[in-house]
Amino acid sequence: MNSIGEECTELKKKYDDCFNTWFSERFLKGDHDDSMCAGIFKVYQECVKNAMKQQNIDFKEVDKDILGTENEFKAPPDGTS
Amino acid sequence: MARYYENTSTFNFSWDQVACGYWKRYPNPQSTHVLSEDTWSRQVKDGCLHTKRLLTKTNRVPKWGERFFNAQSVKIIEESIVDPEKKILVTYTRNLGYTKVMSVVERVEYKAAGPGQTIARRSAWIDSQVFGFSRAIRAFGVERFRKNCTQMVNGFNHVLHSMFPRQVPSQHTMTPMTHTLKEMREAAAAATDRAKANVLSSVNRT
Repeated sequence: MNSIGEECTELKKKYDDCFNTWFSERFLKGDHDDSMCAGIFKVYQECVKNAMKQQNIDFKEVDKDILGTENEFKAPPDGTS
Repeated sequence: MARYYENTSTFNFSWDQVACGYWKRYPNPQSTHVLSEDTWSRQVKDGCLHTKRLLTKTNRVPKWGERFFNAQSVKIIEESIVDPEKKILVTYTRNLGYTKVMSVVERVEYKAAGPGQTIARRSAWIDSQVFGFSRAIRAFGVERFRKNCTQMVNGFNHVLHSMFPRQVPSQHTMTPMTHTLKEMREAAAAATDRAKANVLSSVNRT
């Protein structure tokens, strides 16, 4: 899959490979130390942030957390949909 | 009032497999509308993995909708929480920008349901605030969402099947498995590129 910034796609692939290995072989097995991919993630992040800036993406909107907060939508009780 | 829509689908894969596959969902032959996917933030909090990703997708609207919604692509924020203890993956997506024209919020909960089975419960809220057109836009949104559901499930299943082939679930088959997976992913990527080229050429024509 491509990154939003063409120049970041290579970094993204490297990061994704690292993450997928970490996720299946460590995280799901109970090891929650996430330092394994931290280095590549940082480099990849800088690239993506620059690409997003160029596309005028509103960082504030992106940063807003909804899941797990009171702003999360709740399913209506059964039968009212 | 937003229109609410929900459905439930079952994947014949274990929750661990579904959780691993979730991050590799794209590209797949049904995801030609997904243009990019990036991780914006990620951290482990209280034993759960919190991720926020930014996706861009092509914006498919009918002719009558173009006057409200003429962007070629839309940006989508996807938040997710993976709880490896309870075996629950929750995803929450919303579109970034154009939310007055049409806002689509989707929440999916993937839960383990017995050995080798995972249930996905999908809820969606579709809203529009365009004066005089909100009802039509909401109805269009719900219809498009309903159609996309099948595609999402089929696409995800395609990826899961290539990651975890059915035959011999033995631990010694890792090498051929990764090989096949690589080939299939490349084929899927090639299909995506071809489809993208088709989309682009049809967009350029109009």
